[in-house]
Amino acid sequence: MVSKVALGAILLVAALAIGGYILLTTQPAQPVEITAGGASFPQPVITKWVSEYNKLYPQIQISYQAIGSGGGQKNLFAKTFDFAGSDAPLTDAQLANYTVLHIPETIGGAVVTYNIPNLNVTIRLTADVIAQIFQGNITKWDDAAIASLNPSLNMPDADIVVVRRSDSSGTTFVFTSYLSNASSLWQLGSGQTVNWPVGLGGSGNSGVASLVQQTPYSVGYVEYFYAKNNNLPSAAVRNQNGEFVEPSLASIGEAARQGKSLLSSDVRAAIVNMPGSGVYPISSFTYLLAFKDLSYMPQAKATAIVNFIWWAIHDGQNYTEALYYPKLPSEIVALGEGALRQITYNGVPILS
Amino acid sequence: MRLVSRKNANLLITLLSLAITIIAIVPLLWIIGCVIANGASAINLEFLTDTPAPYGESGGGIANAILGTLIINAMASLFGIPVGVLTGMYLSEYANSGKFSSVIRASVESFSGVPSIIFGIFAFTLIVTAAQHYTALAAAFALGLMMVPIVAKATEESMRVVSDDIREAAIALGIPKWARTVKIVLGVARGGVITGSLLAFARISGETAPLLFTSLFSFYWPTGIDQPMATLQVLIYNFALSGYPDRVLQAWGASLLLVILVIVINVAVKVVTRPKYKEGF
Amino acid sequence: MRSKKSSANYNRQDTIFKGILISASLLVVGLFVALFLMLIRESMPSILGNGFAFLTGTTWDPGKGVYGALPAILTTIATSLLAVALAIPVALGIAIFFTEYAPERSKFPLTLFVDLLAAIPSVIFGIWGLWVIAPLIKTYVQQPIVASIGFIPIFGGPAYGISLSLASLILAIMVVPIIASLTIEILSRTPVSLKEGMISLGATKWETVKHVSLPFARLGILAAVMLGLGRALGETMAITMVIGNSYMWPFANPSIFAPATSITSKIASEFYEATSAIYVGSLIELSLILLVITLATNALFRYVINKTNRGAKRQ
Repeated sequence: MVSKVALGAILLVAALAIGGYILLTTQPAQPVEITAGGASFPQPVITKWVSEYNKLYPQIQISYQAIGSGGGQKNLFAKTFDFAGSDAPLTDAQLANYTVLHIPETIGGAVVTYNIPNLNVTIRLTADVIAQIFQGNITKWDDAAIASLNPSLNMPDADIVVVRRSDSSGTTFVFTSYLSNASSLWQLGSGQTVNWPVGLGGSGNSGVASLVQQTPYSVGYVEYFYAKNNNLPSAAVRNQNGEFVEPSLASIGEAARQGKSLLSSDVRAAIVNMPGSGVYPISSFTYLLAFKDLSYMPQAKATAIVNFIWWAIHDGQNYTEALYYPKLPSEIVALGEGALRQITYNGVPILS
Repeated sequence: MRLVSRKNANLLITLLSLAITIIAIVPLLWIIGCVIANGASAINLEFLTDTPAPYGESGGGIANAILGTLIINAMASLFGIPVGVLTGMYLSEYANSGKFSSVIRASVESFSGVPSIIFGIFAFTLIVTAAQHYTALAAAFALGLMMVPIVAKATEESMRVVSDDIREAAIALGIPKWARTVKIVLGVARGGVITGSLLAFARISGETAPLLFTSLFSFYWPTGIDQPMATLQVLIYNFALSGYPDRVLQAWGASLLLVILVIVINVAVKVVTRPKYKEGF
Repeated sequence: MRSKKSSANYNRQDTIFKGILISASLLVVGLFVALFLMLIRESMPSILGNGFAFLTGTTWDPGKGVYGALPAILTTIATSLLAVALAIPVALGIAIFFTEYAPERSKFPLTLFVDLLAAIPSVIFGIWGLWVIAPLIKTYVQQPIVASIGFIPIFGGPAYGISLSLASLILAIMVVPIIASLTIEILSRTPVSLKEGMISLGATKWETVKHVSLPFARLGILAAVMLGLGRALGETMAITMVIGNSYMWPFANPSIFAPATSITSKIASEFYEATSAIYVGSLIELSLILLVITLATNALFRYVINKTNRGAKRQ
């Protein structure tokens, strides 16, 4: 038995040695490794950017892991992430303690998805109706409030099964921010998670989508790109102009365009329920966060981060629409440029 | 007067235990079937040798995650199995009913009920915040710690049931206690220790939460154990919940690979440590 | 006759060896204490801020600063007990079949099967439970039960698949291999001489198992069940996907078909996003409570073991 153990140990050491050799010989010289993470909403587009950027600059290796906006913020403050992604902007209290810049890198929207057997059309909803459904005030699909918005449809006499997020999320943040802003009947407040009085909790966009697809007469909310990737029906929501708008690259992008003046005074401004024609009202920016003073990390990393984010808000925007993220309006790109120019290393701005 | 004859009772139990085994096999076959049916189509050469492709693109692989899992699991086992075996040995052969032994026993047993996410937070607090970056080493610590209670309990129980006759025979031969324990009692109990170790290894191969706080993830080949590292466990979690059908399929493929990996190690270890002679005397 | 010198050598070797064992054990204790202290430190904001209401409150609303953990605590206890209750007979059945009745050649594939179950990642159990099992169990098991005996509150509807009961079922499937593997191992160690004694008296296989093997393995089985219970209490990923994540059970809806929230599913769902000290502290306090529950059940097990094990001494 001792000799077998010895044999096993030798094999293990040999395997590790061979593995180590392969590692050492396949690395680009002196890779710059950057660890980032946070909001799960932009993860697909950030992953694409990181991959394209790595093709341009093989020694820059950036990894982004979705652990939620709050996780991104916490890790950024602890400096265990080099930059973070967050759907929710930082509060004044947080900014008082940490000098962190917000760079809006892309836009998204929350869509209301549903599963009504034999009804494969787009239904129309308003903020008040959505609020009442998700609070449990409206319990049947053929309720007068819903029927009056959809006079041409034969709504079934069935109980509504509400599906919402079990985990805290930026999607819930956008959804509830919109309802708080647009409906006087919404009482649950806004946040990454609220005290849902009714409904099944799904884990992630994937959990909510699964439950809605499995459960007849259910309704839930997911991110726009998720709905598109999985061909989920989305409701048309009435915007401030009274139009019933379906979520699309154009309508979400329009919300961003309408929001540009708000953002120039405070980049953290919310763009839910924006006035304007063709605006999809449940839209929001998502942000990349970085410290203003990057002197705490090696200079190569700091330069790489700033250059990468610059690239992402410029050339990177060419890749976003294929993934169902609208392009940033040029005014918002300019705001991002302004933020990036403020980032310093040892007192000197990194971008000249 | 018996309700059922002794012979019939025996027959009843035989059939019952057979029936239960078959019932238990059903969900197992089902989930294995799902993993194979969904995962087999994802496995090809690119899958096994390439790093992941971004979402929305087809292709790409999981090779860096395979390597990462091997490295982290190996490091975790190097920590968890020896500590577990030594602790189990102590509890079986040296412990009395005193306070010290009770404390050790309570610690070992309580660890087994700690949620995996807490191991992650523990390792994060101890190692990641101190180092100010995510590291594979912290993952090995968290996973290794998760292995300890399983290995220790299995070791303790297997050694405890070794008959005292064996120990007494060894004493009669003048063999010192340490040799008695390691070479003789452990030798007889070896099957249980190995089972416990393999169970523990399988357990850590399926846990995601501790890794999200320690080794996080990486899209690239591992560059060192003091950096984040890709693992199959986190990759499966990321891909399965991504909503991109390509990636979901790859998640099933990665799960299949993970299961194959664990089986291969199971079989290899059992073959190598197979007793040369039939047990029993 | 042994020389004094080699006796002294053996003593020194024994001492060194014992020292190594004690060091390993102390390391485990030390790490446990460190973990416990960390949990207490991190949960301080909640212990001080929420006070006793944490344990009795039934509302969890971080937005308003209200943290009540009672439904989660009860759910964790209920799912774990249910899971282990389901798992024990199955695991025992497998173990008895394996050690006593299975033909020799089927043993290797059977062990492989059982070990396979233990190898499947939690998140895959979760996905399989949600995508495959939930709709089936909703239509073919839960809804018929609700239709027939749904007037009994504990079986009340509506049933959507994901629920306390589904979580318990998935947990049971995950726990069976742990209990079964270890029980097989212990049962196989039953001294053949004892069994031969029974057989020579004309006992049937089942009688031998019942009167010799099981009593002999009793403590080992209890240990295996303890490990299984520990796993059930601590399981996170799979549960989070199939339990429904709602505070309905047990106060708003006592049915086993209601969605529920366990301690681990709450921590997993909300930890990454929790930013305020009291929010994080509340989640950590939840895990502290889980640790206390584990300690308590283990102490209970220990008590039972000691009661049934009077007289077993170790030299």
